[in-house]
Amino acid sequence: MMYGRGLRGLALATAFTITVAFALVFFYAPLDANQGFIQKIFYIHVPLAITALCGFVFGGVLGAIHLRTGDRKWDIRSYVAIHMALIFGVGTLFTGTIWAKASWGHWWVWSDPTLTSFLIVMLLFATYQPLRFSIEDPERQSRYASVFAIVCGAFVPLNFLAVRLAQAYVHPRVLTLTGGNLPGSMRLTLLVSMVGIALLYVTLWKYEMAAKSTRMQVRALRRLLLGEDSVAPPKRSAAPS
Amino acid sequence: MREGSREEQTPGTWRTAGAVLRKDLLLELRGLDTLPAMVLFAIVTFVIFHFGLNQATIAGQEAAGVLTVTLLFAAMLGINRLFVAEREQGGFDAFLLAPVDRSALLIAKATALFLFLVVLEVVAVPAFGLLLLGPSLGPRLPGLIAVLALGDVAFAVIGTLVSAIAVQTRARDLIGPIIGLPLLLPALIAVARGAGPLLAAQGSGSPPGKWVAILALYDVVFALLSYAVFDFLLED
Amino acid sequence: MDPHPAIELRGLVRHFGERTVLRQVSVSVPAGATLAVLGRNGAGKSTLLRILATLLRPHAGEVSVLGEPLPRQAWAVRGRLGLLAHEPLLYRDLSGRENLGYHARLHGIAPRRVEDVLDAVGMRERADEPVRQLSRGMVQRLAICRTILHSPRVLLLDEPLANLDPAATELVAPLIGRASGATRVLTSHDPRAALAEADLVLGLEGGRAAFVTSPDRVEPAALERLYA
Repeated sequence: MMYGRGLRGLALATAFTITVAFALVFFYAPLDANQGFIQKIFYIHVPLAITALCGFVFGGVLGAIHLRTGDRKWDIRSYVAIHMALIFGVGTLFTGTIWAKASWGHWWVWSDPTLTSFLIVMLLFATYQPLRFSIEDPERQSRYASVFAIVCGAFVPLNFLAVRLAQAYVHPRVLTLTGGNLPGSMRLTLLVSMVGIALLYVTLWKYEMAAKSTRMQVRALRRLLLGEDSVAPPKRSAAPS
Repeated sequence: MREGSREEQTPGTWRTAGAVLRKDLLLELRGLDTLPAMVLFAIVTFVIFHFGLNQATIAGQEAAGVLTVTLLFAAMLGINRLFVAEREQGGFDAFLLAPVDRSALLIAKATALFLFLVVLEVVAVPAFGLLLLGPSLGPRLPGLIAVLALGDVAFAVIGTLVSAIAVQTRARDLIGPIIGLPLLLPALIAVARGAGPLLAAQGSGSPPGKWVAILALYDVVFALLSYAVFDFLLED
Repeated sequence: MDPHPAIELRGLVRHFGERTVLRQVSVSVPAGATLAVLGRNGAGKSTLLRILATLLRPHAGEVSVLGEPLPRQAWAVRGRLGLLAHEPLLYRDLSGRENLGYHARLHGIAPRRVEDVLDAVGMRERADEPVRQLSRGMVQRLAICRTILHSPRVLLLDEPLANLDPAATELVAPLIGRASGATRVLTSHDPRAALAEADLVLGLEGGRAAFVTSPDRVEPAALERLYA
C-alpha cells in the first residue's frame, strides 16, 4: 500500500489547521480570569489526551484485524498506532502537569478520576514495547502484541467507566466538556484544536508507515537481487519488520 | 492460512479442563512450591505493614486497602508460576497435540489459580484479622467473602491471560507483573472500596452494591475477552 | 490398501522472521511407508516434523495428512498423529503412570491402555517413580509410550532411538518400527540406519529438498554434500 499517497495534502491540511488553532488560542479565546494565560495550555492538553486514548483503541482494532486476517501488515499498523499514541500520551501528561500547577482549584479542571484513569492506561501501554522486545520469534511477537493491543484497547473505555462510576457518588460534579459549561468562543477554539491534533496524529501515522514500508521493500529487493546474505538479519527489536 | 473454525464446545471441553486441572493440582501437591510461598508472603507482608504503618490496629478503608494489596501481590507470585511447568517441560506441546478444545487450558488454569487464591485467603484473612484488623472479623465475614470471591475471579482470569503471554517472553517474571498490575487496578479499586465499609469500626454486614456490580461486570467482560483471544496465544 | 498418500507436501514454505527455513519442499508418502528425512542440524528436519504434527502452520504451499489439509483441518487429524520429539513431553514431578494417565485422559483413551503400553516397553515396575528419577533410556521409553498411547496412524519420530540400548531398541521395534504398520516419518543423525529403515528418502539442504528418492537410488555424493 502506498502510504505516501496523499501525504503531502494531509500534511498541509494539518499545518493549516494547527496554525488556525494557534491563532484562535492566542487571539480569539478569552483570557481566563483566575489562571491567566497559562490556562490556554488546556487547548493542547485536552486534544492530546483524547487523541492518545483514541489511538490506543485504534491500535486495538488494528490488532484484531491482524489476528483475523493473519496479514502482518496490520500488526505494523497497530504498532505504529500505539507507539504514536504513547508519544501523544506523554505529551498529555507533560502539558497536564504544567496546567495542574496553574489550575489549582479551578472549577473546570480535569478532576481526579480522569487523571487516575489516564495514568493507569499509560502505565499499561508503557509495557507494550518491553513486551515486544522480549519475544524473539517475529511471528509470535506480532501475534502476542496484537492480543495485548486488543485486551488493553478494550481496557481503556472500561477503565474510564469504572473509575468514573467510582467518583460519581463521591463528587457529584457534572464534568461535560462540550456542554453548557464552556462559553462558545472556548468551544470553537477547542474544536479546531481537536481537529488539528487529530490530523497531526493521522499524518504522523501515515508518515511512519510510509517510512517503514519503504524500508521493508528495500530490504526485500536487496534480498531478491543480491541474494539472501546481502541483508543482515535485523537485530532483536520491538518494532515489527 | 488459519486453522478452520474451532469445533463447537463439546462436553469434551469440560472433561478436558478437568483433566488438566487435576494434573495441575497433583503437580502442586507433589511439589508444593507455589501455594506455601503465597501464604508465607502474605503473612510476612502483614507484619511489614504493621511496622510500616506503625499502628496497633487498622480499620475501615485503610484495612481494606492493606488486605487487598497484599492479596494482589501474593496472587502475582502464583500468576508468575502458572504456566512455567508447561513451558519448561513441554506441557504446551503435549496439550496442543491432543484433539481437544484449546480453551480448556484457559478454563483449567484460571480455575487452578482461583482455587489457589481461595486457599490463600482461607489462611491469610484470619491471619489479617488476628494481626492487623481492629474490629472483629466474624460478623463481616459473609460480605467480605462475597467481595473477595468476585475479586478472585478477576485476578484468576486476567492472571491466566497475562501469565500465558509472559511465559513465552524472555523476561517472564517481570513482564507478568508489569502488564498484570495495571490491568488489575480497577478490580483492586473495586475490591478495596467494596471491603472498606465492611471493615469499618461501625461497619455494616453487606458490601456496597455498586462495587459488587462493577466487579461482576469486569469479570464478565474480561472472561469473554480472554476466551476470545486465548487461542491466538497457543497457536504457532 | 489405501491408494491415497498418507502424507502429501507440495511446495511447503515456512519462515522464521525474514529467514526461510523450509523452501518449496514437496514429497508424497504412501500409507504404511517410511520416509527418512536426512540433513544437517538446522536444515529444517524438526520444523518439517512439527508442521506435520500440526504444531506449526505452513506459510505457503499445501500440506495434507491422512487426506486432511492442514492447517484448516488440523483438529480433525490431530488424534491420529503421534510425535516423538527431542523433549519427552513428560512432567518430571509426576510418575510415568500419572503422566500417561494424563495423556490418556486428553486423548479419551481407556486407562487400561496405559498398563498395556507400560508392559510393552518393560516399564511396569518403575512406572510409579517420578520421571526425574529415571535414566534417560527409561524416559525415552516412556516418551515412546506417550507417542503410541492413542494408536496413531502416522508416527513422526525425531531421533527415536536416542538413548536406547540394544535391548530396549528391540523392545520398542514393534511399537514404532516398520512392524507397527503406521506411516512413519523419521529423522536420524545416522544416515545409514535411517536408510536401512526407509522406503523413501528426503534430503534437506538449507531448507530445500536436495533429493527425494528411494534408498537404493541415493547417490553417495549427494549424501555427503548434505552433511558437509
